Amino acid sequence: MTRSDRKQLRAGLAFTSLWIVGLFAFTAYPVVASLYYSFCDYSILKSPVWCGLENYRQLAHDGLFWKSLRNTLFYAGLSVPLGTLVALGLAMLLNCEIRGRSFFRLLFFMPSIVPVVASAMLWLWIFNGEYGLMNGFLNPILGLFGLHGPAWLADPAWSKPALVIMSLWGTGNAMVIYLAGLQNVPRELYEAAEIDGASSWQRFRHVTLPTIAPVVAFNAIMALIGAMQLFAQAYIMSEAANGNGNASDGNPERSTLFYSIYLFSTAFQDIRMGYASAMAYILFLVTAALTWFAARLSRGRSGEAL
Amino acid sequence: MARPHTASHRIVVALLVACSAAFVLPFVWLVSTSLKPIEQTISLPLTFIPRAYMAAIGGRQVEVTLDYAVSGPGAVVRFNSGPDAGRTGFVTSGQLSRGVDAAVVHPVQAGSWHVTEKDGATLGGRPAWDIIPREQVSSRIRFRWDNYPKALAALGGDAEADRHRVGFWTFLRNSVVVAVLGVLGTVFSNAVIAYGFARLRWRGRDAFFALTLATMMVPFPVLMVPLYGVFKGLGMIGTLLPLWLPTWFGSAFNIFLMRQFFRTIPEELSEAARIDGCSEWRIFWRIIVPLSTPVLVVAALFHFIFAWNDFLGPLLYLTRKDTYTLALALESYQSQNGGVQWHYLMAASAVTILPVILLFLLAQKTFIRGIATTGSKG
Repeated sequence: MTRSDRKQLRAGLAFTSLWIVGLFAFTAYPVVASLYYSFCDYSILKSPVWCGLENYRQLAHDGLFWKSLRNTLFYAGLSVPLGTLVALGLAMLLNCEIRGRSFFRLLFFMPSIVPVVASAMLWLWIFNGEYGLMNGFLNPILGLFGLHGPAWLADPAWSKPALVIMSLWGTGNAMVIYLAGLQNVPRELYEAAEIDGASSWQRFRHVTLPTIAPVVAFNAIMALIGAMQLFAQAYIMSEAANGNGNASDGNPERSTLFYSIYLFSTAFQDIRMGYASAMAYILFLVTAALTWFAARLSRGRSGEAL
Repeated sequence: MARPHTASHRIVVALLVACSAAFVLPFVWLVSTSLKPIEQTISLPLTFIPRAYMAAIGGRQVEVTLDYAVSGPGAVVRFNSGPDAGRTGFVTSGQLSRGVDAAVVHPVQAGSWHVTEKDGATLGGRPAWDIIPREQVSSRIRFRWDNYPKALAALGGDAEADRHRVGFWTFLRNSVVVAVLGVLGTVFSNAVIAYGFARLRWRGRDAFFALTLATMMVPFPVLMVPLYGVFKGLGMIGTLLPLWLPTWFGSAFNIFLMRQFFRTIPEELSEAARIDGCSEWRIFWRIIVPLSTPVLVVAALFHFIFAWNDFLGPLLYLTRKDTYTLALALESYQSQNGGVQWHYLMAASAVTILPVILLFLLAQKTFIRGIATTGSKG
C-alpha cells in the first residue's frame, strides 16, 4: 500500500465512520444476536440459555404460529395482486392525455402518506357495522336481496378482506412508480405498432406490458415483503373493533393474528424472546428468498439518477 | 392512447372521476364526522353534512336532537296521578281510549319526532322535550369546529393531565422533536457517508458498499428484539432517543439514494478543487452539498413522513405518557375510550394527518419525482 493509498483509505473510512458505527450497532449486531437468541431460551430479564433447535421444533407444533402464517399469506395473497392491479389500472388511466391529470394523481397518491394510526382510526369507523360508511353504501344495495353488510372487523370471515380493502386505499405509492414506468415507454413504439395495425389490446400486450413488466414484478415483490410484515393496522384495529381484548390476540377468533403481531406479542408480552427470534429468522429467510428473486427480475435494468 | 373528445377519452375521464370519488370519500367522511355533534354520528340513514336542528319546545326556539319517530298516533299528556303525576309523557291513542288519568297537552300524529333540547339538561331536571311533526323541525348546516379543541383536550386523558400536564401540545412537541432531529440526522449523516462511497476511491469500498446494500433486505422484526436490548443497555427505553438517534448513523437506503446522485456530479469539479488544495471535507461541503439539494430534500421529506407516521417504534420504546408521540397518543386515546366518541376520534385523526398533507401539498413535485425514481430503480 502506497502512502497515497493509505491516505485515501483514511479519508474513505473517515467519511463512512458514522455508518461503520451505525451498521454495527443497529444492524450487524442485532442480526447476529437475533440468530443466537433463536437457539436460546431468552427473556430480556435473564441472560440467554442455549437450547439448540428447541425453539424451531416447538414452532413446528405451534398452532398459533401456523395460524398466523396462514392469516398472513391469505392477506398477502389478496392484497398484493389486487393492489398491483389497482395501482397499474390507475397509472394507465393517468397515462392518457386528459386535463387535470396531475390533480387526479394528487388525489390517488394522498392516502398513501396518511399516518397509519390515523388511517386505522378512519377505516375502523368506515367498517363500523352499524353506522359505518361501508355498510351505509352496501346495505341499500344488499337490502334488495334481503342481505345486509357484515360486521367487517368484528366478523372473522370479513376482518382480513376489510384490511385488504383498506390497503387498496394506500396504493398511490405504487401507482406513481408505475406511471413513471409507463411514461418511459418510447412513444415511437406505440406509433410503429399503430402503423402496423395493432389494436389497443395488442399494443398493451406487446408494447406496454413487456416494458413495464420488470418494474411491476419488482414492486409487487416489495409489496409482498411489506405485506408479510403487516403490523400496525391489524394491531390497532382488531382490538378496537372487538372491545376489551388484548391488541395482540388477533380478534375476532384470531382471524387477524398476523405473523408480526404474534412475533411482537411473543417477544414483548410473553417475554419469550428466543422463541420470537426463531420466528423472526424464518421471516428473514422467506424475505431473503423473495428479495433475491426480485433482484433477478430487475437485473439488467439501468437505473437513472434523480 | 385516448385522444380528446373520442368515446374512449370519455370512458377514461368517467373512470377517473369514479375512482377519485372512491379515494376521496374516506377523507370527506373523516372531516364530516369530525364536525358533527355526537348524536349525528350514530344516526341512520348516514348523512355527510353536519346540521343543527331547531324546533320550538315550550314556546322557545332551541337546538334539538332528533331522537326517534313515534310509530303510531297518540298524545303528549300531563299525568294527574300515579308515579309520574305532574310530569308530561307520551301515550298512544289506544292507551288514551282505554282511559288515562291525564290531561292532553296536544295530540301527536304518527311519524312525528321525539326531540330533546340539546345541551338543555338543567340541574336535577330532565331536558325539555316534545313530540312534533317533522316539518316543524327546521335544520341548517352547522359545523362543530369546537369538536377540535375538545378532542385535543381529551387526547391526554383526564386524571393524568392535571398531575403531569400531559396533553396535545406535549404529544405534538414529541412528534416534532423525533421528526426534526431525525430529518437533520438523516440528511447530514447519509450525505457524509454517501460522499465516502461515491466520490472517494479506497480499498474495500465496493465490498463495504455491497454489504451496505445487503442490509436493506433485513426485515425489522429480525432486529426488533436485540435492538430493544441495545437501547435498554444504553438506558434509553422510555425516552425519545431510540426514535431519532440511529438516524445520525446512516441508513442503507438513503446512502444508496444519495450515492447515486453524487455520482452524476462531474468529477472535474472535484479534481479542480483538489488541485487548488481543497480538503475532501471542503469539496463535500462547498461543492457536492450545494449541487445535491434535490436528493437531500427527497431524503428529508421521506424521513419526516416516516417519523411522523411511525407506530411500531414508539410502541416499542415509549413507556410514559409524557413521551408519547401524536400517533401513539391517538392510538392510546382510542383504546382507552373505546369506539364511542367518533367525532372526537376523527377530529384528532384529522389533526394528526394535517401536517403530512400540508407538507405533501407544498412539495408535491419533489415527492412524486422522488418516489418515481427510487421505485423504478430498485
